Amino acid sequence: MALMEILVYPDPRLKQISEPVEEFNDDLRSFIEDLEETMRNGPGGVGIASPQVGRFERIVIVDVSSKPKIKHHGRLILINPEITAYNGFAVGREGCMSVPDYTGNVVRAEAIELAAQDEYGQEQTFEMEGYEARAVQHEMDHLEGLLFLDRLVSRRTDLFQRKAYKKAGSKK
Amino acid sequence: MLTLVGKDQPGIVAKITSCLYESGCNLGEASMTRLGGNFTIMMMVKFDGTPEALESTVGPIADSLELRCHVDLIEGNLHRHVEPNVQVSVYGADRAGIVCEVTGTLAEAGLNILNLESDVGGSEENPIYIMRIEGVTSQEIEKLEDALAVLAREKNVETRISPIDVMMG
Ligand SMILES: [Zn+2]
Repeated sequence: MALMEILVYPDPRLKQISEPVEEFNDDLRSFIEDLEETMRNGPGGVGIASPQVGRFERIVIVDVSSKPKIKHHGRLILINPEITAYNGFAVGREGCMSVPDYTGNVVRAEAIELAAQDEYGQEQTFEMEGYEARAVQHEMDHLEGLLFLDRLVSRRTDLFQRKAYKKAGSKK
Repeated sequence: MLTLVGKDQPGIVAKITSCLYESGCNLGEASMTRLGGNFTIMMMVKFDGTPEALESTVGPIADSLELRCHVDLIEGNLHRHVEPNVQVSVYGADRAGIVCEVTGTLAEAGLNILNLESDVGGSEENPIYIMRIEGVTSQEIEKLEDALAVLAREKNVETRISPIDVMMG
């Protein structure tokens, strides 16, 4: 296991689009261990995306289980993730290990449905909401070369619109 | 800290900041907003010179825009952000005392305000006052919640408080 260096904006590599993972081998799994260690080392880090350490493959780790009083799925290894449904909107505060000393408000889907593979290539699906759904959307943006800075909304944007969504919303 | 205030007109920000740039100033955190037809700027400026020298640098352009200009020497530094952990919104019929009642209650309950924006909306006959506050507290949020609930009841205002939980990824 080893900590990896996190790329920090304005490093242009953070704007690069990542490629799908095709081989689910030991090299991948040992990289994921290092990536997870790097995530847990970051202060308050609840998610990380592979391109943040300069490996441009579609790998995301999220674990929001340290946060009290929220629904979550524990430790998630998400490879080649795809969001299959978006429901509702919520404004929340985000920061990023690749953008030190700044946080801002971002609008995300309040709830999502997600398909991804695990580190053995096994297909999985999830339904998630709130903080965990926000973390996954933030990390998946990294795979597209997007930062939360690309999605900032004004402080004045209503911060209290949460939960104003219907369960059977539109599928995208 | 450079403060500029005057009647709003197009081009203020561009003209002021290009003057500062051409004079070798470095700009830091800033708040620029229109308040009741006035434009207000508060801006951290790094400048190798005295406050008086900065004032005379900006003076001519400020005069031409009819802005009053003020410079304070501050011990400011960048990368000193304090993250708010609570947000509060309050609104109600506008009347004297609403701001001091709300902020007094919050201060007593242990909130340190980092950012406050307020506005008057509604009609001229029935104005409403709307306030958004972000702050830091080391107390349980329930304590602030209870204090605001009392205020809401006694003073007939709507209050909402929620934690700001930064998602760090
Ligand atoms: Zn990030």
